[in-house]
Amino acid sequence: MTRGLAFDVSHLLAGGMVLLSFVLLYQDRMFGLLKVFAAHALVLALSVAWQANVQDAPHLYLTAAIALAFKAIAIPVALHRIVVRLGIHRELETVVGIGPTILFGMGLVALSIAVILPVTAEADPLAREDLAFALSVVLLGLLMMIARRNAVSQVIGFMSLENGLVLAATGAKGMPLVVEISVAFSILIAFIVIGIFLFRIRERFDTVDVGALDSFRGERR
Amino acid sequence: MSGADIAVSGLLAAPAAAAGALALLPNYRLTARLNVGAALLTLLLALSLTMARPAPGLYLHVDDLNIVFIVLTTFVGFTTSAFSASYIAHELEIGRLTPAYLRFYHAMYQTLMFAMNLALLANNIGLMWVAIELATLTTVLMVGIYRTHEAIEAAWKYFILGSVGIALALFGTILVYMAARPVMGQGMEAMAWNALLKAASGFDPALLNLAFVFLLLGYGTKVGLAPLHAWLPDAHAEGPTPISAVLSGLLLNVALYAVLRFKMLLAANAGAIAPGPLMVTMGLVSVLFASFMLYRRRDIKRMFAYSSIEHMGIVTFAFGMGGPLANFAGLLHMAMHSLTKSAIFFAVGHVAQAKGTQKIADIRGLTESHPVLGWGLVLGVVAIAGLPPLGIFMSEFLVVSSTFARAPLLAVALVAGLLVGFGALFLRLHAVAFGEPAGKSAPVEASYVPMFAHLGLVAVAGIYLPGAIVAWFRNVAELLGG
Repeated sequence: MTRGLAFDVSHLLAGGMVLLSFVLLYQDRMFGLLKVFAAHALVLALSVAWQANVQDAPHLYLTAAIALAFKAIAIPVALHRIVVRLGIHRELETVVGIGPTILFGMGLVALSIAVILPVTAEADPLAREDLAFALSVVLLGLLMMIARRNAVSQVIGFMSLENGLVLAATGAKGMPLVVEISVAFSILIAFIVIGIFLFRIRERFDTVDVGALDSFRGERR
Repeated sequence: MSGADIAVSGLLAAPAAAAGALALLPNYRLTARLNVGAALLTLLLALSLTMARPAPGLYLHVDDLNIVFIVLTTFVGFTTSAFSASYIAHELEIGRLTPAYLRFYHAMYQTLMFAMNLALLANNIGLMWVAIELATLTTVLMVGIYRTHEAIEAAWKYFILGSVGIALALFGTILVYMAARPVMGQGMEAMAWNALLKAASGFDPALLNLAFVFLLLGYGTKVGLAPLHAWLPDAHAEGPTPISAVLSGLLLNVALYAVLRFKMLLAANAGAIAPGPLMVTMGLVSVLFASFMLYRRRDIKRMFAYSSIEHMGIVTFAFGMGGPLANFAGLLHMAMHSLTKSAIFFAVGHVAQAKGTQKIADIRGLTESHPVLGWGLVLGVVAIAGLPPLGIFMSEFLVVSSTFARAPLLAVALVAGLLVGFGALFLRLHAVAFGEPAGKSAPVEASYVPMFAHLGLVAVAGIYLPGAIVAWFRNVAELLGG
């Protein structure tokens, strides 16, 4: 096993992303959430840049630059302005309490380690542990989308999920099209953010009121 | 560059160029015609590919499997564009769409065609993923085009669920690459379909299993399989009807095509789990769930959206059973469903315009007030419910009979689901088509050609399938394997 500096640094960064995913889970203020997400994207950018360095794959620097400029700076700034403009910076509603959510999140991390490590016994240790971290970030992102009601925090959940995917893609050594895929994802996210702003989606979509759902489906009229 | 190479690039270039032109041209009569013309050109190029095929490249390829999907996609794309031209003129008259939105609509229609052709032609799992993502984005924008509260809600729901679906599919795609890398080395080869399939026997089976679970959940969301179907009825009900027709008739197939490709990959690896039972389960659950849900529907487009879930369930079930006969039945059913369901949506679109509503309770006695339209809808529902002698009867019969021979219990469950769905459709059809006409009733200025062309094909296929098509489908069914 090669447990040199390369391994330690990528481990540190990937682990940092999992940790920040947990921080996202317990944030109860909108602006706090945006800041933590920016940090999440920043760590992703560092991690991708490190992979570019270790794998000697200069095109990955481009992915890192996209992550830094777009997700760590542009998107949080845009969302910040939208939140102010729409006046939704009060406390966030959660569907499930914070305590159970965190416990459930810990279960998900254990699950992804239990799923990935035995399956990838033959892969190199760096790739397999990166993959386990990446799956944790993906699952925590999904959990966040379920546990939050408000559209902006669901989008943040989705973006953190997507950060996990980019982590997985860059961890898979020599994977082609990573840059193209990260560009495609950025377009997707840009659309979501524009969508929130244009359509002024506030808390509507996320209501659990069955009556509201009925009228939405046109089945009670 | 041979003629076939030109046809392949044309299949992508024609819709892409048309999308650009349609976004810029202001006159809607012209753009509607241009839309039809571009779709026709794409169809002709696709048909030319059945004669001669190019050698597979690193990014694009044409083989026995995807050519079936390409021909079907471009054909329904063409007829829907013809329907769309008459439908959209009416929407513009009543002011539901403005000329600016119409430009956007036509550009998005061609972008969707481009994305679907790219997804089908792609010889690369990453490229296919990007294409399906693009298709999702364009349909999201079109579902929300009316900008009503309901349309925006539906688009948002579709967006979030669709994004989660394609995110999971990407994770699966990465896992497939990781499984391929130790055998095939780094680089583009390790993501190319034809190379992957040849080397699949050497992949790590555990990684492939895990990948398939993610891929089935991810692309399965886009197929609309229960329990991942939640976006589908809303997206169908709230968007413009031509989009409901291409969503049901085409985009669901494209997502299923992705699942089938990965299924073949797993089937080529002796150590991997059999993907069939997973697909059979999801298919059967979709059939049973959707057929019961059909009873409570009060919106006519929503009802046919649930019927699409049911039929995609049947197709997935058939492919999950595997073997030459069930695969053949699955392919045939997929083609028949695409043709019939888009014909039904054409009819429903005109009905909704004539009546000014989509609510089933407000639509009465269509065969009295609009005889051609009413009987067209009746014929479509008779076809989709699976009555003989139409095409869907034959494909459903093949699915059920091939299942009876191998797993009688599953066949019983499937038949039960089919009968329940059958009952629901006729219960609603009776009220909508017969009896005293009621409510607002405007004349329709519509072209019935696309609708009756589809229904005519389905009727002919039910009685007589040309030997060439049988041989073609049989060949593909062999290819799909167990």
